[in-house]
Amino acid sequence: MSALATYPSSPAGTVRDALSDTATMVGRSVRLATRDVDSMITAAVLPVVILLMFTFVFGGAIHVGVGYVQYATPGIILLCAGFGAANTAMAVEQDMSGGMVDRLRSLPMTSWTFVLGHVVASLAKTLMTTAILFGVAVAIGFRPTAGLLGWLGAVGLLLLFVHAIAWAAAFTGLMVRSPDAASGFSFGVMFLPYVSSAFVPVHTMPTWLRGFAEHQPVTPLIEAVRGLLVPGSPGAVTGDRLGSTALLAVVWCLGIALVFAVGAGLAFRRRR
Amino acid sequence: MKDVIVRAEGLRKAYGSGTGRVEVLGGLDLTLHQGEVLALLGPNGAGKTTTVRILSTLLAPDAGTATVAGLDVVRDAHRVRRLVSLTGQQVALDLKQTGLENLTMIARLARTPRREVRGRVAELLDAVGLTDVAGRRVDTYSGGMRRRLDLAAGLVARPRVLFLDEPSTGLDPRSRRSLWDLVRDVVAGGTSLFLTTQYLEEADELADRIALIDGGRVAAEGTADQLKRQVGQARVELDLADPAAALRVRTALAVAGSGDGSLVSVPTDGSVAHVRELLARVEATGVVPASWALREPTLDDVFLTLTGHAAATTQTEEKAA
Repeated sequence: MSALATYPSSPAGTVRDALSDTATMVGRSVRLATRDVDSMITAAVLPVVILLMFTFVFGGAIHVGVGYVQYATPGIILLCAGFGAANTAMAVEQDMSGGMVDRLRSLPMTSWTFVLGHVVASLAKTLMTTAILFGVAVAIGFRPTAGLLGWLGAVGLLLLFVHAIAWAAAFTGLMVRSPDAASGFSFGVMFLPYVSSAFVPVHTMPTWLRGFAEHQPVTPLIEAVRGLLVPGSPGAVTGDRLGSTALLAVVWCLGIALVFAVGAGLAFRRRR
Repeated sequence: MKDVIVRAEGLRKAYGSGTGRVEVLGGLDLTLHQGEVLALLGPNGAGKTTTVRILSTLLAPDAGTATVAGLDVVRDAHRVRRLVSLTGQQVALDLKQTGLENLTMIARLARTPRREVRGRVAELLDAVGLTDVAGRRVDTYSGGMRRRLDLAAGLVARPRVLFLDEPSTGLDPRSRRSLWDLVRDVVAGGTSLFLTTQYLEEADELADRIALIDGGRVAAEGTADQLKRQVGQARVELDLADPAAALRVRTALAVAGSGDGSLVSVPTDGSVAHVRELLARVEATGVVPASWALREPTLDDVFLTLTGHAAATTQTEEKAA
């Protein structure tokens, strides 16, 4: 049969097809992300700059009862992971406004794997930038004292958080109609940790803000990560409270991921 | 008569709402037969892109029905997608992937059996003449190369119907020729082709049948020869010094005024005898043209003759695309 001849189409899609599509789309998103050199550099360098700034510029003036790098590092890791994941909004928006989405949609593929590819690539990319950030934090004096379980717990929470933000970002990328709106989302996410116990103890904030800071998803997340990585340090929860705080953080992350994953699925189907 | 593969009946589509509402398709009817090449010919804004987007399941019509191989493009969209492929005006490829990576990805998503992916991709790269540059990223390709790769991407799944939306817009003459050759090979392989274009020449080169689209409806339909017979195989175009002289010549030749000042355009079969006769009649009026030329009919000529007005461009199609 010649290269240009017609042949009948294959049978209907299965779970195996969906898995294969997911692998293909994840491979694509990862490849595209690693080839976008500018944004890779930004993603790797920006968190390090923020860490250095907080530690050496603000750190001296903020007294939390322990070296500031020891207090702030878990929060900065979350902030940067959230920011990295939020950039998924821009990648998705770019895909939706280009011609590629039409091509993909006109293929018999499992179409939602297009969004899943972005989310998984975002996880991989954020893990890498977080590893770099962690290395720098250790170099300037961050000393985690966690055991193996603490480490596993902290990494697990971090992954759940990135996963939740990535779905929210994917949903945003599908809903917005311009790159500017998509990047607005990343900024919004980046500011959430500021109004939490990430950088200063919540009790130093005005009462009206404290209510929000204590009940927003990032606070239990940061307190749990701190409790797992540097048990016993200021701002770290311990004992039974660690368990319930971590559970609350998990519930938040899963809830956000579920809501936005469903939303993203609907938004993708709606935009035709 | 061969089997109908694509049928559109009474397609309507409007964009916007309230006073900003613009109707792009106003009850469009079309059929494409198995193995046939149909060109939808019209200016920007006539509704060409909207039509192919509806037929390839990317857009739902407001009213009317469309089927591909008997399957409804809205209700059976998923099954229709297995039969059709759209290569649009916008190149639908990842610029940061290589040609090989792009095609491999699409071959996998198109459910090419795993063992056949590599062979299929190599075969297509060869068919579109891009084997040598397959390892280069698409952002290093020229416009013509991108368009050929885009076409190859559309062929991966061996569609029964290929939609090409203005395939040669923006290409230089040489790239356009090589794209046409490629398209002819595809059609020879048994694929039915639905093509949109604003160039009469392109429709003439590729299509078995031409549908002239005007204001969201098919205004005329037929083979290139049938349309040309109505429009004239060629035109004698005379540039006269002033509108008054042009009017005298128009009267002498009994042609409608195109309203274009001192220019007069007359259909002819292009034969020496007929051209000589026309020029003799011009000479008899005593008017001396500044210049004159024999040329191929353009989309404008077709429009003027068949719809009674010029091929005006509107903005709506740009927004739709």
